Amino acid sequence: MWDYTDKVKEHFLNPRNVGEIENPDGVAEVGSMACGDALKLTFKLDENKRITDARFKTFGCASAIASSSALTEMIKGLTVDEALTITNQDIAKYLGGLPDEKMHCSVLGKQALEKAVENYRGVLPAPEAGARIICECFGVTDKEIERAIRENNLATVEDVTNYTKAGGGCGNCHEAIAQILERVKAEPKTQAAPRLTNLQKIRLIEETIEREIRPSLRKDGGDLDIIDIIGNRVLVATRGACATCKAANITLKHFVEHRLKEMVSPDITVEEVSQ
Amino acid sequence: MKTIYLDNNATTRVADEVLETMLPYFTQLYGNPSSMHSFGGQVGQKIREAREQAAALIGAAPEEIVFTSCGTESDNAAIRSALQTRPDKKHIIISRVEHPAVRALCSHLSLQGYKVTELPVDRNGLVDLENLENQLTPDTAVVSLMWGNNETGVLFPVEAAARLAHEKGVLFHTDAVQAVGKIPINMANNPIDMLSLSGHKLHAPKGVGILFIRRGTKFSPYLIGGHQEHERRGGTENTAGIIGLGRACELAGRNLEKENTEVRRLRDKLERELLKKIPQSRVNGDIENRLPNTANISFEYVEGEAILLLMNELGICASSGSACTSGSLQPSHVLRAMGVPFTMAHGSIRFSLSVYNTEAEVDFVIEKMPGIIERLREMSPFWKQAGQSCNVQ
Repeated sequence: MWDYTDKVKEHFLNPRNVGEIENPDGVAEVGSMACGDALKLTFKLDENKRITDARFKTFGCASAIASSSALTEMIKGLTVDEALTITNQDIAKYLGGLPDEKMHCSVLGKQALEKAVENYRGVLPAPEAGARIICECFGVTDKEIERAIRENNLATVEDVTNYTKAGGGCGNCHEAIAQILERVKAEPKTQAAPRLTNLQKIRLIEETIEREIRPSLRKDGGDLDIIDIIGNRVLVATRGACATCKAANITLKHFVEHRLKEMVSPDITVEEVSQ
Repeated sequence: MKTIYLDNNATTRVADEVLETMLPYFTQLYGNPSSMHSFGGQVGQKIREAREQAAALIGAAPEEIVFTSCGTESDNAAIRSALQTRPDKKHIIISRVEHPAVRALCSHLSLQGYKVTELPVDRNGLVDLENLENQLTPDTAVVSLMWGNNETGVLFPVEAAARLAHEKGVLFHTDAVQAVGKIPINMANNPIDMLSLSGHKLHAPKGVGILFIRRGTKFSPYLIGGHQEHERRGGTENTAGIIGLGRACELAGRNLEKENTEVRRLRDKLERELLKKIPQSRVNGDIENRLPNTANISFEYVEGEAILLLMNELGICASSGSACTSGSLQPSHVLRAMGVPFTMAHGSIRFSLSVYNTEAEVDFVIEKMPGIIERLREMSPFWKQAGQSCNVQ
């Protein structure tokens, strides 16, 4: 029997947001019956371009259903940009973790989200350029495998199978997966950011907020002010639409903090203070 | 919550009579049967009795019974012995639906230079004996085919298959772990050389099994050690387990008729009612040639693990052949070998009954299953489309 967390069980037994939205703004179907799990995601945006409703229909095991339920809860209230910052690890974390062998359920959720946003933006879901099928049994490409390795820091063929299903059928592609693992491991790691002085760091935080974050918030009628920067803690106050939005906290964590971690330092945390 | 146990092909409860018979052999009569003193010797006497009880159940002679630790050990010992005693032959024939105890062993052996032929099965899960005949070569050492399939309950014509093998001078082994105690077996009337059985599938405890080795069949032991089991299986005997298995065999002989009347009736009722109440469901495996206790039913457009967990909420225990429960990412090798479509294979549930199941339990499952399947179908992206396409037709 799988060792599911109480949260997984709870979301499986009482799944949130089951169904399909009529005339959705974004829709995606990923997976297939042959592969053993499939997810249809639909979402609707409100006038502020925030996801106001998200629904799923899932064919699959308990963790696939729970991951879908979690995903719909997580993206509600977010803009599509904010939603896209959610990773498969975030979905698993939301559920208190998934068994290793079931991580592919969280990846399925992430794929559905990306595809539904592409659908909303009118991007044709073209196959990734130069992608080559590695796992014939489950139709997994080298690009998908490379991405899962990078995003989840995978080390073994078994890890790759747990996250992508590749190699979980006849096993003929294990050699090819091992080669991809070696290739990705050999890639130069993104250079560790040079140590910043406090002054440089503060300037970079301000610049990032001004250039990368504020325009996006203002589009939705929101804003934020930096109140203080203590070490790696960035204290901010929400303004405008953000101040009254109940999803503002998710915006801060998933969008503002995420962007600052990316642009300034992975140690940055963002906290909201009322001023 | 009351447990409704319909997973008897996985394991069974130890019969009260069996436990009672075993208990003295832990703390009171704990002697070693090989000892010279009568304290140990009396245990040896009890083991002889158990050997007779086991032999009687399958129509064998007591000296043809070798006690082992489980069905897997019996399967391993049989096939390895066949290869050891025919060192010039390098070919093994099995079927695509064998238990991992045989299948995984043979794929391991294939890495050591043996050639393994896996006979296909038809959509009902049956092997073609003509095909078996065609695959037998002068290089074939052994044929191993299961008597009753653990997932579908389908029975192979192993007695006829053994005759074909013998005509070509090939040894024949059968994994009868699921069949013993559920259908009449009489080794005096067939030419099968070796047969495996497992205690915990017939209300004896886990950790004890039997390999039947026909008198005159050359045998090379798998576990080499002391002189136990006439030097065919070294290691101090699992005395309480063996004595329990003897008693369980005696009970199984007495319950054989009930298995084929009462248990069969309940299985048939469960199957009939579920198929009637739940649209787009079907039975996997040949209806005629089948164990009386097993029903393998597929519910289209839903996934087995999810079904099992909802059943679990009601205390109902069963198994599934879906990918998520098979420990791999593909549905059961048995259902795939039978060509069961993916839409059906992922939603397969195996119900396996025993003499302990009651009518009330079966009625409860019949009452609850339609709601469980409907709940998951409502959640499935394929269900509505499927329903619509049906209306169009």
